Amino acid sequence: MSNLTVDIPRPPLNGFTLPLMAVFAGCFGFVVGNVFAQPLIGFLIGAVVGAGVALLAHNLPRSRRNVRLGLIAIFGLIGLILVGPGAMVAGLLIGAVLSWAAYWLDSGAYRSRVPIYYTAGQTLWHNSFLFICGLVFFFLIAPLLPVMWLSFNAQNFFTFTPEMLNFQAEGYSLKHYRDFLGTEEWMVPLKNSLIIAPFATFISVSLGTLAAIGLSQSHVPGRQAIMAILISPMIVPLIISATGMFFFYAPLGNWLEATLGLNRSFVGYLKVILAHAALGVPFVIITVTATLVGFDKSLTRASANMGADPVTTFFRVQMPLILPGVISGGLFAFITSFDEVVVVLFVGSAQQQTLPWQMFTGLREQISPTILAAATILVTVSICLLTTVELLRRRSERLRGLSPG
Amino acid sequence: MSNVTDATTGAGEPMPGDNGTRTAKTENGPVMAADGRPLKQTLRRTLRREKMRALLLIAPLLIFVVVTFIVPILSMLFRSVENDIVQNTMPETVQALRAWDEQGTEPPGDEVFVPLYFDLFKASEAKEHTKLGSRLNYEQPGLSSMFRGTGRDLDDMGEEFQDVFEEIDPAFETAAFWHELLSGAGGEALLKERRDLYEALTGEEMRGDVGFTPSTEMAEMLPWTTKAYTDFAIWTAIEEEDVVAEEEPWEAVYAALGQDLRSPDTVAAIEAYSGPWSTTLKAAAENRDQLPQDSFREMFVASDKDWGSLEAWRTISLYSPPVTAGYFLNSVDLTKTVDGIAARPETQQIYLTLFQRTLIMSLIITGSCILLGYPVAWLLANLPLRTANVLMILVLLPFWTSLLVRTSAWKVLLQQQGIINEILVWLGFVDDANRLILMNNATGTVIAMTHILLPFMILPLYSVMKTVPPSYLRAAKSLGATNWTAFWRVYFPQSVPGIGAGSILVFILSIGYYITPEIVGGTSGVFISNRIAYHISSSLNWGLAAALGSILLIVVLALYWCYDRIVGIDNVKLGG
Amino acid sequence: MKLTTTLLTSTALTVAAGVAAHAQEMANDMTFVSWGGAYQASQQNAYAEPYKEMHPEVSVVWDESSNEAVAKLRAMNEAGNITWDLVDVVAADAMRLCDEGLAMEIDHDEVLADAPDGTEASDDFGDLIVSDCFIPQIVYSTTFGYRTDMVPEGVEAPNDICDVWDTETYPGKRSLEKRPINNMEWALLCDGVAKDEVYDVLATDDGQQRALDKLGEIKDDVIWWSAGADTPQLLADGEVFMGSTYNGRLFSAIVEQDQPIAMMWDAQVFDLDGWIVPAGLPEDRLARVMDFLHFATDTQRLADQAAYISYGPARASSAPMVGKHAELGIDMAPHMPTDPNNAKNTFLYNYEFWADYRDDIDAKFQAWLAQ
Repeated sequence: MSNLTVDIPRPPLNGFTLPLMAVFAGCFGFVVGNVFAQPLIGFLIGAVVGAGVALLAHNLPRSRRNVRLGLIAIFGLIGLILVGPGAMVAGLLIGAVLSWAAYWLDSGAYRSRVPIYYTAGQTLWHNSFLFICGLVFFFLIAPLLPVMWLSFNAQNFFTFTPEMLNFQAEGYSLKHYRDFLGTEEWMVPLKNSLIIAPFATFISVSLGTLAAIGLSQSHVPGRQAIMAILISPMIVPLIISATGMFFFYAPLGNWLEATLGLNRSFVGYLKVILAHAALGVPFVIITVTATLVGFDKSLTRASANMGADPVTTFFRVQMPLILPGVISGGLFAFITSFDEVVVVLFVGSAQQQTLPWQMFTGLREQISPTILAAATILVTVSICLLTTVELLRRRSERLRGLSPG
Repeated sequence: MSNVTDATTGAGEPMPGDNGTRTAKTENGPVMAADGRPLKQTLRRTLRREKMRALLLIAPLLIFVVVTFIVPILSMLFRSVENDIVQNTMPETVQALRAWDEQGTEPPGDEVFVPLYFDLFKASEAKEHTKLGSRLNYEQPGLSSMFRGTGRDLDDMGEEFQDVFEEIDPAFETAAFWHELLSGAGGEALLKERRDLYEALTGEEMRGDVGFTPSTEMAEMLPWTTKAYTDFAIWTAIEEEDVVAEEEPWEAVYAALGQDLRSPDTVAAIEAYSGPWSTTLKAAAENRDQLPQDSFREMFVASDKDWGSLEAWRTISLYSPPVTAGYFLNSVDLTKTVDGIAARPETQQIYLTLFQRTLIMSLIITGSCILLGYPVAWLLANLPLRTANVLMILVLLPFWTSLLVRTSAWKVLLQQQGIINEILVWLGFVDDANRLILMNNATGTVIAMTHILLPFMILPLYSVMKTVPPSYLRAAKSLGATNWTAFWRVYFPQSVPGIGAGSILVFILSIGYYITPEIVGGTSGVFISNRIAYHISSSLNWGLAAALGSILLIVVLALYWCYDRIVGIDNVKLGG
Repeated sequence: MKLTTTLLTSTALTVAAGVAAHAQEMANDMTFVSWGGAYQASQQNAYAEPYKEMHPEVSVVWDESSNEAVAKLRAMNEAGNITWDLVDVVAADAMRLCDEGLAMEIDHDEVLADAPDGTEASDDFGDLIVSDCFIPQIVYSTTFGYRTDMVPEGVEAPNDICDVWDTETYPGKRSLEKRPINNMEWALLCDGVAKDEVYDVLATDDGQQRALDKLGEIKDDVIWWSAGADTPQLLADGEVFMGSTYNGRLFSAIVEQDQPIAMMWDAQVFDLDGWIVPAGLPEDRLARVMDFLHFATDTQRLADQAAYISYGPARASSAPMVGKHAELGIDMAPHMPTDPNNAKNTFLYNYEFWADYRDDIDAKFQAWLAQ
């Protein structure tokens, strides 16, 4: 697709960019005007400003960067002068959005991702669709932003202090990070979680994938019943599972310690791992079976025809194809364990205290932004991990000479 | 991992012409397969082998789940009907109560209170009577303190008899008197019966030598005394590990003798008695008018007036059978009365409302997850892989933030002094005095739960959409379909399995969640699971919790079945 | 500090002498169950650390499960696998555990140390021993805190429990606990019921309805909390004008966190928190726990705890020994719920009543909430 660049004609200024920008900026003007209880005047000023921006963009297509920076600065300045530092941030944002929109419309970039034959309506739909998706992504991410922000709170509450809102240094502190990284109270649970979750995931993914493949065969007696049994750990209310499982694991633990002479802390981990593995099973089953629906069975036959034994067929043919399902199932299983608090409260003992458990007591007994610091660190680490994985994938793609997919 | 090899190789013999033979089936005569055997037989064998292979693949997980999950959960759910505590704690009272007319207007008399005294005495020694009180208190308030309070008075009631007996003859104070009087032959059956009752009461083994065998003669002459002393002997020898012959008996034994002496038959029998300690016994029988004359009922009522109330006895009687439907009735806002099943008073009806609310809100949450998740999944599945992977990070990020943190974050966002309200007020869209109420109600629960469960919708949708070749859409369009038709008639049907899997995940998960509704749901946004959790961890009414849980489970299974019927599970391949 | 050390050593000597004969039979690992947070830290500092100094061979693990203690102990008991040695619970839970046979009955005079003046333990604790299984530790109270900056101008700060109902004078939301206990009593008090008749009225259906009706007057203005940390957070956010919570939480928000919050002590409800020993411990573990209990509940130790948290010690003999806050150095006595200035109008939680009526009234309360 990238090799085949088609020259997109620049749309007309008067019939397209100018009015659209006027309406767009007018909407911003309406909102800003509303702050001063003058929405209509705001709209009009906005429309004029929008038209101006459109003119600028149209006449200076080459110096895009300078124009945009200039506009952003001007808008920020207006915000700062009119209201204060908070409004400056808003001004900078509005400037960035408006100038971007003007160039996006004016250069015809809005059509760059749709086939050349699309009508105006289709293009509009395509771009609104992207906008909707953007909103959903925003919905997903938005709650994390205050979490990260509040984790630097100098106070022990989940409250934005005036100092924080005015970006004063005394409103911020790293003490919650010190609490998290520097105390046994948090490091031990983190370690426990990192031991328990991967093992539990491994058990549920390996057993679950096998069972899902078995279930997808054409002749399985009592499939409905088996299916109901396998997904039951998800259906039963957690609190009931927790008490029920306690009655199984407590005597089992006794027996393992007394009869087999196993180490007490090992048994403790084992109990939680097995309990979490059972909870993770339904996720693996559901996602893998859903993926197997689309699986073309003739592929395994073809592979068998060509002399592959079943193990090879499984790992070389079937597995790569159902991998997305297995991975998302595994991810669910991992998160189930990593984020599970009810069952571990019952099945685990104090030595197996996990991160969610510690957070749970933290939230209940003494609200402290330490749990926000913990969350922020986890998010940062996971961004790094996921990015590294993605970069490695791209690198190997390049090395293998594949075109970027 | 060894299972992989076992399971697949075990069944993985070559299948020559499997397909060929199948299509070669004709209607006339026995058709032979390539190896010369009848086709039917070969087919059956292949089918069996396939079944075996599938089952072998499923077996490890199935066994794991059944053993570590299903069995414990079923035994937990069994508590919803289990009610043997009444029978076990006061076996003889329950038996005597059967003769009582619970429809009548009079509470039972001494025919029930006498066994009650001895049952309770024994139970209070084993510290089991307060458990029964707590159990019955779920059905009628006040019974808990009735049992606890009277448990403390039981000794005093017996002491009133004891004091008189000891005044009549100091021999009553000696351990030897009781042991020699009541020991004898032939009472093994009685001993075993009492031992079994103890085992039922404490739930523990009561094996071991008691050092006492009741005599049949005494069991006939002094029935209450012998039983009470046997109970004392078993408890002393096995639980307290003392020598029975050296211990002064419980106050209950004196009370039992007093009760025996109230029967003219016993008095007559004592006059005729000439065995050991007959003089002491005769002295007691002659002076029996010095003994307390109050009936046991009067003594109980003096201890707690509720013992004389009809209501209390009706409750005890209604909940005396070892299996009860009471918990299930409670969980659908009904209650057991002497006149049959009746609705609970309106001020106590809550569970049906909660069930209904749980289902409706879970449906809303599932719906909004589909609405928000479908476009995103579509976008992810159709973007170039590198862009999709970057965006996928955004979907996964919330996952790495604990559920508790995300819920707290929503609190920070949604509350009346929260970020959303602050921004809206600042922008002038909302009046400062009339801030939006976004949480502590159903709205808060729906928003927060949708956010938390959205990845559970996106990921299955994505993995299914990934398997739909984009060429289908292009083909449809090139054949003249409009965008909408191409999507609706070609693409959408193929993505239905993903919607199914995602919906089931989201719906079922939301039904079971209770932490998020607890934090952001206020009063109108809490689910039935919150009550289950309350009954498990605070009120200890596990029977009711189990009943609520069972109903929830049944509702989910029923919905699953309906889904199968209407939408067709084939579209989800969860089990069709 | 020096005094404490001398006291410590002298106590250590007496205890060591007293238990020397059994020393070999004691287990060395103990698992304590408590609430986490500042309260657990105060127990750690006042009880566990000094004890470990005397007995270096002992190790203590803390399990923050007091909230689930009742359910978990029952499950442990049924499974026959008691992993806890000492559990910190509120008095009502202690009663429930005792009724269920899950906690051990204690002979207070035999197990616990006498007061320094020789008063027997049961007299020193007095009425606070509300159950045979319960060893009281602290007296806390559930009371109201309010935002000082949200009191309307020209109006006196709230100082009467009925100000909670006065949304005209004091606009803003209230936070109340999502359970009937305490709320029903306050409602009746403000509905004109005399203090000593509250429980008699509450025992009747009409009385319960009356309390709910009174609560109904402010139902729309109430945010219901379920975790003790909620009200301080809501107050800090300015989300509510006033709210009920445990006095120690408010102390921490006001004094340690410097929030614009003040206490309203009127009609504070006293409650107790203390230890129970799970029933069915093996002998060696029981011996160790008893040894610890003897030490940790003596007069000095209970007074020491008050240096870390603003809860009153349960022994009468500890009260005069309450000193200063361990870090801030302020006098702790005026922040105690038992301080005469704060305790002008108090209300005593009736354990027997709630043990009987808790399930019934809770069902009504929850149904009322859901309406």
